Amino acid sequence: MADGNPNNDRIVITGVGLTSPNGNSLSEFRQNLLAGRSGVVPYETRYMGPVLAGVCDFDTLRHQKRRDLRRGTRVGSVSVYCANEAVLDSGVDWEKTEKDRVGVYLGITEHGNVETENEVYEISKFEYDTSVWTHHHNPRTVANNAAGEVTISLGITGPHLTIGAACAAGNAGFIQAAQMLRLREVDLAIAGGVSESIHTFGIFASFQSQGALARHDDPAKASRPFDQDRNGIVVAEGGGICTLERLDDALARGAKIYGEIVGYAMNSDAKDFVLPDPKRQEQCIRLALKRAGLEPNQIDIVSSHATATEQGDIEECKALRAVFGECTNTRINNTKSFIGHAMGAAGALELLGNIPSFEDDTVHATINLDNIDPDCALDQLVVNHPVHKPNVEYILNNSFGMLGINSVLIVRKFTG
Amino acid sequence: MTPAEIRQVIIDILSKIAPDEDLSNLDDEKPFRDQMELDSMDFLDIVMELRKQYRIQIPEEDYHHLVTMQSTVDYLTPRLKDA
Repeated sequence: MADGNPNNDRIVITGVGLTSPNGNSLSEFRQNLLAGRSGVVPYETRYMGPVLAGVCDFDTLRHQKRRDLRRGTRVGSVSVYCANEAVLDSGVDWEKTEKDRVGVYLGITEHGNVETENEVYEISKFEYDTSVWTHHHNPRTVANNAAGEVTISLGITGPHLTIGAACAAGNAGFIQAAQMLRLREVDLAIAGGVSESIHTFGIFASFQSQGALARHDDPAKASRPFDQDRNGIVVAEGGGICTLERLDDALARGAKIYGEIVGYAMNSDAKDFVLPDPKRQEQCIRLALKRAGLEPNQIDIVSSHATATEQGDIEECKALRAVFGECTNTRINNTKSFIGHAMGAAGALELLGNIPSFEDDTVHATINLDNIDPDCALDQLVVNHPVHKPNVEYILNNSFGMLGINSVLIVRKFTG
Repeated sequence: MTPAEIRQVIIDILSKIAPDEDLSNLDDEKPFRDQMELDSMDFLDIVMELRKQYRIQIPEEDYHHLVTMQSTVDYLTPRLKDA
């Protein structure tokens, strides 16, 4: 498949669109990560009463009509917003873009729960008469809904997929896109991860039953990965979507280049439905490093996956210690401490929030680390306050999920 | 319900289904679809809303009655007279 031009196997990020509980653009998100501002708020979910969640407040009518919102899903709306923002940010001449050469690859943790719960609730008001079950149910709940809504919004006639990868999905979207660009299946990829998970009570109730749903009197302090006083996950919604291109295409049109995807890996624990396996996580990280031709100490920032469950945090720290334990150059941070766990969007948002480090020489912190769990006390952790770090060149992004799915992505500062 | 009340019910349903449309100048004699963005899924929403609000079941073979406002009101008037 390669055409002999090494630049055509080099994949770069040329546009960013995102919505996070603490920001609706990369600059706003970054500003709040550096300022230590949380996006976690009190939230009402059906049946359960008050919980905490990361809630987005992007302008839903910026790229959609009210009719579109009524017809589609929340994750469709998140995706349409982020994809349009990414395309605008990329500077691509959209009118002249061959739409059949554009692919949409969006990672997602789960889909259909929100829409199904809504309909069951609706028919409960009619004594469960299924004749009032909406005809919109199927197009809303097909697994490709999020990416499909993007194609409709932007008139894209190339391939589209949502990639179900639990909470490893954000990285998985980027990886799929990079592969499709290298295979010349598409010339422009719109890729990342998205989530509407706060709109299903089931995800909160399930974490609660598992003893893994965070609570705290101060919502901003509820998400506390690596902290001894953590008590579980804060569920969040959001989206992080990029335009990805082959390097030559990006250079030819003089695109702004945010970074280059230089390594990635995915593997499986093959072990347990929920418990992570640090050995497989370590293997995944090492495989990504090997493919990028890097030694661990060359990684400047590790964006950790930790969700603030005791076992998850400790197991990831074992993997991080095994790979980066001796590294003096590497810094480790965590974005979930600010925004909660954005599920399918987590990996994408956590990578994107770190990308500005290439320019601003700063590594954002892990907040709410008041009392570090000794099993998580890694020397490389950036605790509570950002640190100055000049010449950030490599960012490694961890994203892991249930059923033992692991993904790692490495992005390099583009210097030509 | 009177024909005028039924017309208002339909206007309310259309406002919900097509929230971006201005319905103030709707011509009762012209097909809905010639005057507003209304596809087959939207049309089914009209049927669904009537089913939910008034428990009226409109069989598929009667859908052609729901083309214009006037034909819709004419069709529904005897069926909703006690509503």
